Parts: sequence; structure tokens; C-alpha cells
Amino acid sequence: MLVKVDRRRGAEGFCSVSELAPRGMITLRGDLSAKKLQAAAMAAAGVKAFPGRLGAVVEGERAILWFSPDELLILCPKAEVGEALEKLGKALKGTHHLAADVSDARAIFAVAGKSAREVLAKLTPADVSPEALPAGMVRRSRLAQVPAAFWPSGEDRFEIIAFRSVADYVFELLATAARTGGEVGWFAR
Amino acid sequence: MLILHCPYCGVMADETELAPGGEAHLRRAGPESSDEEFMAYLFERENPRGVHFERWRHALGCGKWFHAARDTATLEVFGTYPAQVTEPPEALLETIREKRPGWQWRDLK
Repeated sequence: MLVKVDRRRGAEGFCSVSELAPRGMITLRGDLSAKKLQAAAMAAAGVKAFPGRLGAVVEGERAILWFSPDELLILCPKAEVGEALEKLGKALKGTHHLAADVSDARAIFAVAGKSAREVLAKLTPADVSPEALPAGMVRRSRLAQVPAAFWPSGEDRFEIIAFRSVADYVFELLATAARTGGEVGWFAR
Repeated sequence: MLILHCPYCGVMADETELAPGGEAHLRRAGPESSDEEFMAYLFERENPRGVHFERWRHALGCGKWFHAARDTATLEVFGTYPAQVTEPPEALLETIREKRPGWQWRDLK
């Protein structure tokens, strides 16, 4: 049974679960090995590095997440999406690519606490051990029955995105997995 | 439960992250083909007890299609390889020959 929680208020258990304020999200598809695209993506996201396979370059609210061999998700403050798209359009003019504002497609959550990995491990078949999912990596997988992506965003903290249409469900999943008394201690240090 | 290595994003993907895509390496019977050939292309599928070649999509991960060679009886996975080929790589066939002497799958052996 999932606990019923108000996702606007967040949930406290052995980890805290909260929904973050809407974030600007841009899907960028194209040839990720092209220097031109890499420079454009870094400029649009406002970060200083470009991720490799499964990589995540995270600088606060800004990030470039590697989503597939030809797809990135760029995260930035919501107010900057228009500007970022314009930058991408200008920089990649004449280059085969696709850049789309998908900010409203997904909700973004944070799980914080010493056992944050455990909360995810209960819900996904993906390996979330510190060796398999260190800082600087992102994993697309599923949380229970829905697709999601998650990445370490600081010490003992993960950010998670899932489709907004299932945001309530994902929040309740995370809150249930993080409920006090549900600690497993698998990743205990 | 299958765990397949996605050749695109490199993760070991659990079966529940994947979408099955049926038999691999089907060759479309074109407009010049006979009715029998076209019917075979549409409907005739291998259903072996043993070595099998399949298509899978890393649906909840990177979203890419890839191929997998596995044993349907033991669930042993011989290997996975990218989708942009018309037949399995020779190295993989060699591995299967070693592990399953005398195997045959369509015209591969």
C-alpha cells in the first residue's frame, strides 16, 4: 500500500522527499560527438563540461544529462528556457538537430538523507550502488511501474524526474519507500 | 528474468526495462515476391528450444533497439549487439558454436 501524502508538503521519513520547483527542461537531439553541438549544449545549459555516455554534468539547477547516444536533457532555471532555446537555435543553425522545450512534460523530485540510495533501490531494477551510480552519472530506468531518471545531485541527495502525469504516483512511491522503519541498511557506511 | 547488456548505453538492463521486439534478422519479402514468400515473411517465425536471436528495445532506458542471442531453454545470454546489422557478428557465432555444438537457427549454424 502506498502512503497517501500531499506532494506539495513533502514527506519526511528516514529520508526526506520533496517535489522541486518547476525546472526548465530542453530535449536536445543530434550528433553528440560534434564539437559544435557540445559547445552549444554547454552554453545553453550554462555548465562547463559535456557528459560522456551515461554522464551527468550537474551545477546546481543547471545540468546536462546524457539520455541516449543521440539525446540530451538540458536542465536550467525555468525563466531561462526561451533564451537557451534561442542560443541553441542560433548556434546549431544549418546543423541537423532537434531542440524542444519539454519543461512541462516532467516533474522533478529530490530524495535527501543518508540512505537516499535505498529509497531508489526499493523501486528500481537499476543498480544504484555508489560504484554503479556515482556522482556525475545519470540512470534512466523505472520506479515501480513508470519510467524515471535519477542522478546524484550532491552528498546523500538524488534528483529524480518522471512524467508529470504520474507525478502523484511517483511521489507516493518515494514517500512510501522512505517511510520511517523501512530502513534496510544495505548501503550503510 | 533476463538481464541484457544494452550495447548503446552500456548498462545491464533488467527485462522489465526492456520491450521485446520478436525475432531478429527478418528479411522483408518485397513487391517482386510470391504470395508464399510474403506470407512466410509476415507469419513464419522460429520458436526454438535453444539458441534464438531476438530484437529488444531498451524502452525505459536509452530507447534504442538492439539484438540479443540467447538460449530459450536455459535463459543463458550469449551476447547482445547493435541493431544496424543484417546478421550476428562472427565472434558471437563462434561463442555459440563453442557452447552449443551443432546448433542451427534458420540458415545460421
